[in-house]
Amino acid sequence: MIDKRVGSLAAAVEGVEDGATVLVGGFGAAGVPVELVHALLEQGAKDLTIVTNNAGSGETDVAALIRERRVRKIICSYPRSAGSIWFEEFYRAGDIELELVPQGTLSERMRAAGAGLGGFFTPAGADSLLARGKEVRVIGGRRHVFEEPLRGDVALVQALRADRWGNLVYNKAARNFGPTMATAAELTVVQVRAFVELGELDPEAVVTPGIFVDRVVEVAA
Amino acid sequence: MTATPLSHTGMAARVAQDIPDGSYVNLGIGMPTLVGNVVSAGKEIVFHSENGILGMGPAPAAGEEDWELINAGKAPVTLVPGGSYFHHTDSFMMMRGGHIDVTVLGAFQVSAQGDLANWATDDAHLPPAVGGAMDLAVGAKRVLVLMMHTTPDGRPKLLPECTYPLTAAQVVDRIYTELAVIDVTPAGFLVREMVEGLTREELERRTAAPLAYADEVTVLAPPVR
Repeated sequence: MIDKRVGSLAAAVEGVEDGATVLVGGFGAAGVPVELVHALLEQGAKDLTIVTNNAGSGETDVAALIRERRVRKIICSYPRSAGSIWFEEFYRAGDIELELVPQGTLSERMRAAGAGLGGFFTPAGADSLLARGKEVRVIGGRRHVFEEPLRGDVALVQALRADRWGNLVYNKAARNFGPTMATAAELTVVQVRAFVELGELDPEAVVTPGIFVDRVVEVAA
Repeated sequence: MTATPLSHTGMAARVAQDIPDGSYVNLGIGMPTLVGNVVSAGKEIVFHSENGILGMGPAPAAGEEDWELINAGKAPVTLVPGGSYFHHTDSFMMMRGGHIDVTVLGAFQVSAQGDLANWATDDAHLPPAVGGAMDLAVGAKRVLVLMMHTTPDGRPKLLPECTYPLTAAQVVDRIYTELAVIDVTPAGFLVREMVEGLTREELERRTAAPLAYADEVTVLAPPVR
């Protein structure tokens, strides 16, 4: 019998090791698996590489991980947003490493990892500073830069509902990076607002098939 | 200068006039978002948001915000009938893959070759941030820039070469400022429209790159909707 449901947030993040690369879903505040990130903070893993679109804001989620000195490096497209005070403070002090990636490249690098591909050439950023040190090739008359796959040890994702097989549906624009990140990590952990019975999700509307999911935990809205 | 520059809304309305009915459009953060408010009622334009929305509608009424339905600037929006949600990789596939007909972007600088600088200045105090700017600039079929003609302290933003880091090279098709509508051509900038009362000398003083002029330069005025 397959049952990916776990009974607590602590069980959901059990085993995340120091030095892990952790993919964290969300765009701005929409879709951020806040409770899972807080459980990771509680769990204590440190020296983390965090892959996420923004660098957190205020005192919650990724910002809290940075504040508590758990993050060695952040890979993201837009770390500078309203309230990203902890990232900015650590960045200025040289206490955190930043790898800046164009947003579509960030997503596609994780897709490549999830799809078992060795990377891809993209025109995005090929004429920019972000292509420095990378292979550039002219394809179809246009410059493209080679980007490598980006794999996580762990993915933390927020979805709306899951069944015990880990099939997922999301809510509106909170979907964002979730479906791609779920495919790109050794261990994919998902927080949902509600569990549903197997068979209850419309198979035509399942967004992430359970094959990509390892653990699901229910977090009351 | 005796000319009256266009207002921000007037500039946005002028851009909207150039967006054909049925277009899929992505609006950049800042002034370009104004374009969404001034599209004429007779046109069906589908707005794309990088975070996974096609058919993005206007801001919701106060009290009806859904924080899981936001735009690229993280402000709450709505979905129009026929709209859809999708994940980030698909969203950027639409952008890079040439499926977006038009994007309207802000810019720090544009060069006479159509190079775009809109993601970083030379301010080393700020951590760098790029978001979706590079994907959009290389991917949209038509790249329109909506910006003020000069910086707030009067320095030209239309240059022979960008001095700020490039977002993408040779991508800009047309520039709309409060003073003029200017095309980027293989030969450089070509002025198509100018506001009433503006002389060529005055426009050239505010522009660091050479300007050529269309055979018939027309008056830039906010369109009547």
